[in-house]
Amino acid sequence: MSSDLGKEERPSKIARTGSFVDDRLGLARIARTTLRKVFPDHWSFLLGEVALYAFVVLLLTGTYLTFFFKPSQSETTYEGSYDALRGVEMTRAYRSALELSFDVRAGLVMRQMHHWAAVVFVAAMVVHLARVFFTGAFRRPRELNWIVGVTLLLLGIGNGFTGYSLLDDQLSGTGLRIAYSIVLSIPLIGTWVTSLLFGGEFPGPDIIERFFVLHILLVPAMIIGLLVLHLAMVVHQKHTQFRGPGRREDNVVGERIWPTYAVKASGLFFLTTGVLAALGGLAQINPIWIYGPFEPSEVSAASQPDWYVGWLEGALRAMPAWELRAFGFELPNPFFAGVLLPGLTFGLLYAWPFLEARFTKDREEHHLLDRPRDRPMRTALGVATLAFYAVLFLAGGSDVLSTELGLSVNRVIWSIRVSLFVVPITAGLVAHRLCRELAARDAEPPDSTESPPPGDSPPPVAIIDVEPELNGQEPIAWPPPVAASRTGLPPARPLGS
Amino acid sequence: MTPDPSRHARPATRQAYLGIVVALSLSILAGLGLAVVYAMGGQAQLEGVLLAVSLLGIGVGLVIWAQRMLPDDEAEEARKPLGSEPEDVAAFTTELERGEEAIGSRRLIVGLITGGLGALGLALVFPIRSLGPRPGRGLFTTGMAPGRRLVTAEKKPVRPEDIPVAGVLTVWPEGHEDEADSSTLLIRVEDESLFTKPAKVEWTVGPVVAYSKLCTHTGCPVGLYEAEDHLLLCPCHQSTFEVLAGARPVFGPATRALPQLPLGVDDEGFLVATGDFEGPVSAGFWDRDR
Repeated sequence: MSSDLGKEERPSKIARTGSFVDDRLGLARIARTTLRKVFPDHWSFLLGEVALYAFVVLLLTGTYLTFFFKPSQSETTYEGSYDALRGVEMTRAYRSALELSFDVRAGLVMRQMHHWAAVVFVAAMVVHLARVFFTGAFRRPRELNWIVGVTLLLLGIGNGFTGYSLLDDQLSGTGLRIAYSIVLSIPLIGTWVTSLLFGGEFPGPDIIERFFVLHILLVPAMIIGLLVLHLAMVVHQKHTQFRGPGRREDNVVGERIWPTYAVKASGLFFLTTGVLAALGGLAQINPIWIYGPFEPSEVSAASQPDWYVGWLEGALRAMPAWELRAFGFELPNPFFAGVLLPGLTFGLLYAWPFLEARFTKDREEHHLLDRPRDRPMRTALGVATLAFYAVLFLAGGSDVLSTELGLSVNRVIWSIRVSLFVVPITAGLVAHRLCRELAARDAEPPDSTESPPPGDSPPPVAIIDVEPELNGQEPIAWPPPVAASRTGLPPARPLGS
Repeated sequence: MTPDPSRHARPATRQAYLGIVVALSLSILAGLGLAVVYAMGGQAQLEGVLLAVSLLGIGVGLVIWAQRMLPDDEAEEARKPLGSEPEDVAAFTTELERGEEAIGSRRLIVGLITGGLGALGLALVFPIRSLGPRPGRGLFTTGMAPGRRLVTAEKKPVRPEDIPVAGVLTVWPEGHEDEADSSTLLIRVEDESLFTKPAKVEWTVGPVVAYSKLCTHTGCPVGLYEAEDHLLLCPCHQSTFEVLAGARPVFGPATRALPQLPLGVDDEGFLVATGDFEGPVSAGFWDRDR
C-alpha cells in the first residue's frame, strides 16, 4: 500500500515500526512522557542502580549455571580433572560444581562472576539503604517503598545464603548445620520447622533440592516482582532531590531520561558488569575444591560465611553462654543471636519511617532530601547502628583476628563484647558532634572569599558540587533550618520540626 | 580521561571523542579476543580480563559520551500532589459501596463462600505436613546402643590402646557410620586418676573417655583438642569444653556439656557403647529436657 507514497516521503524504519506498534497500542503519548521524565542527578542516586545491575548479572550468570549444576544429594565418585579429589566419594551437587569449575569451558568465570555479583548486590543494597536513611528519603510519602526495599534486602541475603549452601562443600555444609541449629532453637515450632525444611534430622535427604528451588525460582521471582514495584513507585512518586537553586518541594530538577540520562545509566550497567567480570576472572571466590566435600563430622577452623551473613556469625560467637530454662523447657542460646537479633534488626528497619515520624512529629510530605548534618540525631543513630553491625562483623572473624593479632580467642571475644557497647556509643557521639559543627560552619555569615553574593562577582572557577553558578537563578535554599534557626534567619522550607 | 571539576562546562569534544573511540575499539578487540580464547580451549583469568575489557570499554565510552558530549540541559518537572482529589475519593467510595450493597445483601452466599475458601485454605496447609517426618524421639537418640562396637571412619573397631596418649579419635557406632548425630570423640588422657566430676568415671575405660563430637551450641564438630590443657575447642564459635571435668563448657556460647557416652570393652577387647549418650546430642531445642 505504500508504493504510491512517493520516495521523498518514505518514513524511516524506526518511524514505521513505531507506527505499527502505536496503531495497535496507542503508546506515543506515554512513551514521550517517559523520554522526557526528569531524574535528579547525584552520585549517591546511582547506588540502587548498581544493585539492580548486579541483579541482572545474577540472573544471566545464574541461568547459565543451572544448565550444568545438578542439585542432588545422591552419592557418586569424582572422576574429573582435579587430581586432588579424583576417586573421592561426594554428592552429585558438589561433583557438578567441581566439573563446572574445571571442565566446563568458561564455567569458572561464570560461577565466580555469579558469586561476586551476589556479594556486590547485597553490598550495593546496604549502601543504598544507608543513603536513603541518612538523607531522610524514607519519609512520607516513601514509607511503602522503604518497606519494599527492606524486603528486597532480606530476600537478597536469604538468596545469597541458599545459593552458597547448594554446593555441598565443607563450608556450605557447616553453614547449613548452623542454620539448622538456629531454626531448631525457636520455641514450640523449631523442631517441626527443621524437620519439614530439611526432610528430617540434619543433614536430611532433601535440603539441597529444596534450597535449589528456592534459590533459582521462588526467591528470584519475588525479587523481580518487588524490584518492579520498587522502581514503579520511584517513577510514580518521582525521585527525591537535594536542596539547591530552583529545587523546591513541588518540582523535580535534573536531567531528562532521553538521551543523556539513558546513555549514562547504560554506561553504568556496563561498568558494573565489567567490574564483576574482572572480579570473576581474577579474584578467586569460594574455592570449593580446597574445602572438600561436606563431611558432617568434620569442620575446618576459620570457617567464615559470605560477608552479609558475617554479622549473624559474629553475634553467635560474641553471645555469652546464656540460655533460659523454665518448667522443663528451654530457650537455647542460638535463639538470641540467630533469631532474636535478626528479628529485631529487620523489625526496626521496617518500622523506622513510622518510628521517626512519631519522635519528630513530622508527618509532612518530603521531596527535598536532608543532608546528614541537618539531622544530627538521626545521623548519630544511623552511625551507631552501622558501628554495632561492623563490630559484629569483626566478631564473625574472631578466630582469624586472634591468629592475626596473636591474642587468645578469649581476649578477642571479650574485647568484642565490650566494643559492642563502647564503639557504637562513641561513634554516635562523634557523628552527632560532627553534624553540629558542620551545620554551624554552614550557618556562618557569608565570607567574601568563600561564597560571593549572587550576581555580583564572577562564578567560582572550581566547585566540586553540582551547582557552581548562581547567576540569574533563585538563591540557594541554604543554610538548612537546623542551622538557620541559630542565626535567626527564617527556615528556607519547613522540615516539620 | 582527565577529571573535570565543572560538569556544566563542555570543553572542546576532541579529547572526549578520542576517549570514546579508544574505549570502544578496545572493547571490540577484547570481545574478539574473548571468542578466540574460548575457541582455543579457554583460560579463566584471560576470559575474565577480556570480558571485563569488552564491557568496561562500552561502559566508559557511554559514560564519556553522556558526560562530555550529550546535552546536559537542566530540566524541571512539576510534582503533582500524590493524594487523590476529595471528589475522586468520594466517587470511588460510592462505586465501591454500591457493589458492596449488591454483594452484601446476600449474606448467606457470602458466608458460604468465606467458609468454602477457609476450608480450602485449611486443607491446602496439610500437604506441607508431607515435607518431613514428625520430630519424634529422633532428636533424643543416636545410633549408640548397648554392646555396639565403636568403629573408625575406615570401619575398623578400636582397642583402648589404639588411641595415642593425649590423642583423640573420631568413631561411630558400627553399622551407623553415616548418622551425623552419632559421631563420637574418644580421648585418651595421661592417667585415669585425672578425671573429676562431673565426668562419670564409671563410664570411662581406663584413661579413655567418650563424648559426643557435636557442639551443644550449634552442632559443629568439636574438632580441636588442646592436649596440654585437656580442652576441646569448637572451631565454629570457639566454645571450649573441659575434657577431664565431664566436658563442661568453660568458654564461648555453649551452655551445656558435651554428652558423655558410657564405654565398655567387649570379649575381644574392642571398645563398645554400653548405652546411648547421657542426653540429647548437638544443638538445643525447646523440649530437650522433656
